[in-house]
Amino acid sequence: MFSHVLLKVSSDRLWSFSSTASVAARSYSHGKQETDEEFDARWVTYFNKPDIDAWELRKGMNTLIGYDLVPEPKILEAALRACRRLNDLASAIRILEAVKDKSGPHKEIYPYVLQELRPTLSELGIPTPEELGIDKA
Amino acid sequence: FVSHNALPTYFLFASFTDCFSPSSKRQTEVRGVAKVEDYTLPAYFDRRESPLPDIKFVQQLSPDQKSLKEKEKGSWAALSKEEKIALYRISFKESFAEMDKGTGEWKSVVAGIFFFIGFTGLVVLWQRNYVYGDVPHTFDPEYKQKEVQRMLDMRINPVEGFSAKWDYENNAWKK
Repeated sequence: MFSHVLLKVSSDRLWSFSSTASVAARSYSHGKQETDEEFDARWVTYFNKPDIDAWELRKGMNTLIGYDLVPEPKILEAALRACRRLNDLASAIRILEAVKDKSGPHKEIYPYVLQELRPTLSELGIPTPEELGIDKA
Repeated sequence: FVSHNALPTYFLFASFTDCFSPSSKRQTEVRGVAKVEDYTLPAYFDRRESPLPDIKFVQQLSPDQKSLKEKEKGSWAALSKEEKIALYRISFKESFAEMDKGTGEWKSVVAGIFFFIGFTGLVVLWQRNYVYGDVPHTFDPEYKQKEVQRMLDMRINPVEGFSAKWDYENNAWKK
């Protein structure tokens, strides 16, 4: 019963195991609800800005992590490429750590995200926290 | 433009230009700059909910770190594992694993609880010896014996309780 409540809280996003419709479950009383695809597209566009600056990267990432969801790999790929444009390897590694932390008890999310991001990680030369050994305290 | 206060328009314009006319002295003087306090500047925080803090952890870079930062502008695949870790540690103080780990403070708390319970026990013992006087004579074993005999004579709880356990024939407790 507790797990049902937990999943319902995070039914908003990618990992919606609830049996209701797949549309984002925000409870607006009026106005058009943004679909998952629109949400993803908006964030990918945000991070894909060619001349994104460090503040925008930080603000975007901190805001995204504040949402009740784990970002789609394509959003994360755009964020990692933004780190590359800003010559900021540390932030790229931090983003991966944040994704793992954001998954919480759902341990299958992080390996999936890494699997999807593997081509980008190899291309840009970004190590995972596990490869560096900083995933252990 | 409608003048609501019925003044002729040219009066209003006269007051406007007075405000914006150039003058050799600033409208507001600069009397001095306040000292910038540390707490007003962006601070570094390791937080799960805000993974990228406002500032890097290391603000003054050593020459080694500076050259590493230059190398970061090139291909990241060319960096060694130690260099990547060094870059991470320049920007961040603790990794997620380090910031999330427990402190073991609970062991100190439990130890403190046991210690103070034990100390209280000592206080109670001392109190029994030095504060309280003797118990009344009604606690003496002989008196208690007489009490029990009286209760049996009165047949206290004869069905299931006290006297029910006494064997009146043999003058002993029932086995």
